[in-house]
Amino acid sequence: MSASLSKPSFGDIAVKSTVLLIAALLCFAPFLFQDVRALEVAARICVFIVLVASYDLLIGYTGIVSFAHTMFFGFGAYGAAILLRQMGPGWDAVILGGLAGVLVSLVVATAIGLLSLRVKAIFFAMITLAAASVALVLASQLSHFTGGEDGITYRAPDLFKPAFKLMVDEDGKVLRLFGVKMNGKLAAYYFVFVTCLLLFFVMLRLVGSPLGTVLKAIRENEARAEAIGYRVVAYRTFVFCLSAAIASLAGTVYAVWLKYTGPDTALSFAIMIDILLMVVIGGMGTMWGAVIGAVLMVIAQYYLRDLMGVAAEATAGIPLLPELLNPDRWLFWLGIIFILLVYFFPKGIVGTITQKGARG
Amino acid sequence: MENLSNILGRMGGVYLLPAGLALGAFVLIGAPASWATLTIAGLSMGMMVFLMASGLSLIFGLMDVLNFGHSAFISFGAFVAATVLSLLGGWVGADSVFLNSMALVFALLAAVSFGLAAGWFFESVIIRPVYHDHLRQILITMGALIVSEQIILALWGGTPITVLRPHFLEGAIILGNVSVEIYRLFAFGLGLVAFIGLYLVLNRSRIGLLVRAGVENREMVEALGFRIDRLFIGVFMVGSALAAVGGAMWAGYETLITPALGGEMMIVVFIVVIIGGLGSIKGTLLGAIMVGLTANYVGFLAPKLALASNMILMTIILLWRPNGLRPAVK
Amino acid sequence: MTLLSLNNMKTDIGQYAVLHGVTLDIPEGGVFVLLGRNGAGKTTTLRSIMGLWNPTPGSVTFRGADITGLHTADIARKGIAYVPENMGIFGGLTVEENLILATDKGRFDQPRLKRIYALFPALEQFWTKQAWSLSGGQKQMLAVARAIIEPRALILIDEPTKGLAPSIVAAMAEAFREISQSATILLVEQNFHFAKSIGRDMAVIDDGLVAHAGPMADFAADTELQERLLSLSA
Repeated sequence: MSASLSKPSFGDIAVKSTVLLIAALLCFAPFLFQDVRALEVAARICVFIVLVASYDLLIGYTGIVSFAHTMFFGFGAYGAAILLRQMGPGWDAVILGGLAGVLVSLVVATAIGLLSLRVKAIFFAMITLAAASVALVLASQLSHFTGGEDGITYRAPDLFKPAFKLMVDEDGKVLRLFGVKMNGKLAAYYFVFVTCLLLFFVMLRLVGSPLGTVLKAIRENEARAEAIGYRVVAYRTFVFCLSAAIASLAGTVYAVWLKYTGPDTALSFAIMIDILLMVVIGGMGTMWGAVIGAVLMVIAQYYLRDLMGVAAEATAGIPLLPELLNPDRWLFWLGIIFILLVYFFPKGIVGTITQKGARG
Repeated sequence: MENLSNILGRMGGVYLLPAGLALGAFVLIGAPASWATLTIAGLSMGMMVFLMASGLSLIFGLMDVLNFGHSAFISFGAFVAATVLSLLGGWVGADSVFLNSMALVFALLAAVSFGLAAGWFFESVIIRPVYHDHLRQILITMGALIVSEQIILALWGGTPITVLRPHFLEGAIILGNVSVEIYRLFAFGLGLVAFIGLYLVLNRSRIGLLVRAGVENREMVEALGFRIDRLFIGVFMVGSALAAVGGAMWAGYETLITPALGGEMMIVVFIVVIIGGLGSIKGTLLGAIMVGLTANYVGFLAPKLALASNMILMTIILLWRPNGLRPAVK
Repeated sequence: MTLLSLNNMKTDIGQYAVLHGVTLDIPEGGVFVLLGRNGAGKTTTLRSIMGLWNPTPGSVTFRGADITGLHTADIARKGIAYVPENMGIFGGLTVEENLILATDKGRFDQPRLKRIYALFPALEQFWTKQAWSLSGGQKQMLAVARAIIEPRALILIDEPTKGLAPSIVAAMAEAFREISQSATILLVEQNFHFAKSIGRDMAVIDDGLVAHAGPMADFAADTELQERLLSLSA
């Protein structure tokens, strides 16, 4: 607390320069990492930073736990996906789909908020979990609409087609800049990057505003905030709606990037667990934590799972251990890490570093 | 209007709801035989769900702990019982009621012992450090749930497992033109016994008195000279064992189980305790019966709505009574 | 003879330091009254004795034995009863169940129960009623009865007269006088007239410290001191 008020501490500087470095890496990712997989990782990181930061608005800044965040992410993704398939690849479909996703998210979030934020906070966690699982089942049941378990494949607007030429050289071929093709893939990445950056800045601005202060007051002492005259339920419902809308937009962006939307990429409970882990690893109640948590987790997901496969083969002779080291049991280890983190580093990486720096 | 609500109140108030539900369904369904079958199915499902939910509700009421890992006890109960039954395959299929029941008793005992042990482990290792901290409690029990589900996957694999049913619980008895599955009757009976047992312990014993007092005011129970932490661990173990028995019974009911069972039932269990009011055993029974009946009636009348039926029921009840039908006195 | 002594008791609640070093000896027998303004730390003192907050540093000695840091339940078993400000009645339990829970063996000592009936006749009348249905005064009687259903050496009572009708306050004073024949009462009280009428000794807690301690008679006579410590107008 005091660290952010007085002159910036060492930990503070360390965190902020790391975040700046990440931002720079993401900004130039297509030029720095010239393989397809790396660009996938970079785009996923951008989307998840927004998703995690919007979740942190809830859990970190307001102290309420929702398990429905992927549901809102899914609304946005499915909104864009369904319209892109119905209306063909065009910006109108993306915009309409995005708006539809936000609208559905707002309606559902308001309903859940008014229904359960009024009573015990713990009801909220349970009700969001129930709502999320109903949404998941609905998505797989209404298959003529959502593609069921298989999901939907569609084409993105022409600008984002790999064959699209952003710039051409004298011969009419796609121009290469520092060895990178100036094609639709690049445009798609920068669409993801810029939209996510904008959304992130909106949230950053928000938590620094008087609203952010009120939210913190509510989190610290609900009864007192109520006594001072803040309408706690109204504020909470507002934040819940806001974070739902942002998650939904992140979903739309991700759907446009992936050109595929299915339960595994947009709705599954595994994504919710990822978000939880990212928030806790990075540190609750700080937007910087969302950045660091998302980066670490996404990289680990893409690259550490391969290591687990190797480890599983190496331990093939030992009972049970290969079973647990199987890359499919990835969640087992994440779960254990998660529990340990919540016990020993409830403030996450950013919170812990900032605190250390402030003391030393 | 005032009079009517008074009369209803005297006749049992919210406890009349299941009867009202059954009556409404009778009119809508029209065929008495189908209605009877659905009602019995609903009641037996309700009783199994009650077994699973009662522990969660009690634990929350007494300790103010909401254990998201509760569904792991349900899953483990199901898989442990299924494993014991398949190990005792000879007894299960034998044409002797004695051997059949021994297999059943062993399977349920295994589930109970597992529940007790896992409950002890959960309470003392996982939850105790985060009492009074709801946020971390939710996160940690969620983490424990993830780990438990992965352990189930590692031990039993992801493919569905067939559950053997003791021979004497197979088949149905015909009453008039209504056929009643014996297993459903058994599940209903076991649930009823558990409810009566819990009710008697809570209302007639000194331990029960302590638990009821602790639900209201933990600090005062301590100030009267009782170690409430010891009470906590006992209640947690019993609650977990009940969930394991519920899971075991559910395994026999479904006859084909996957590791997703716990997660699926957890949603139902949450809805039950939210409807019934967290912390009240009678409320939990009421919620479980309501959910069981609704699921079966709606499944028959409007199969497309079956999925959302519990959510709709919960929404209606929360709009009417934001704290559930029978919240524990606080 | 000293029954309870508090030595440099400092208690933090969350990040706030509430008691800054309370040192006090409570002699055996009679009613000892803790006075002081709102928020001075009187309730925190009682709760720290009871082990509901942990004083660090500082110590609590009861009958010559150190009870600092013991579990609340174990402190209670040593013979200390507690009647909190909100009375701590179990509303869903009947009057009988509230009382039987406080007995050591789950049985009533009949002569003792008769004495309680005599002190608080309402309890006998509403014996099988659920406690939430009692009036405020009856709940307070139940809370006090629960503290004396077994013989206890020390009874901590937090603001028992708050919001009660004058007739019930009078009955309460009568009850405390009788109880203090066989036990020591440590009473937190805002109502100075009530405190003056039953207290033998007293202390004033101000801003987490003992500002004054001595016989009640002396303090009652010194209006200037009262004015300074309690800001009383009368």
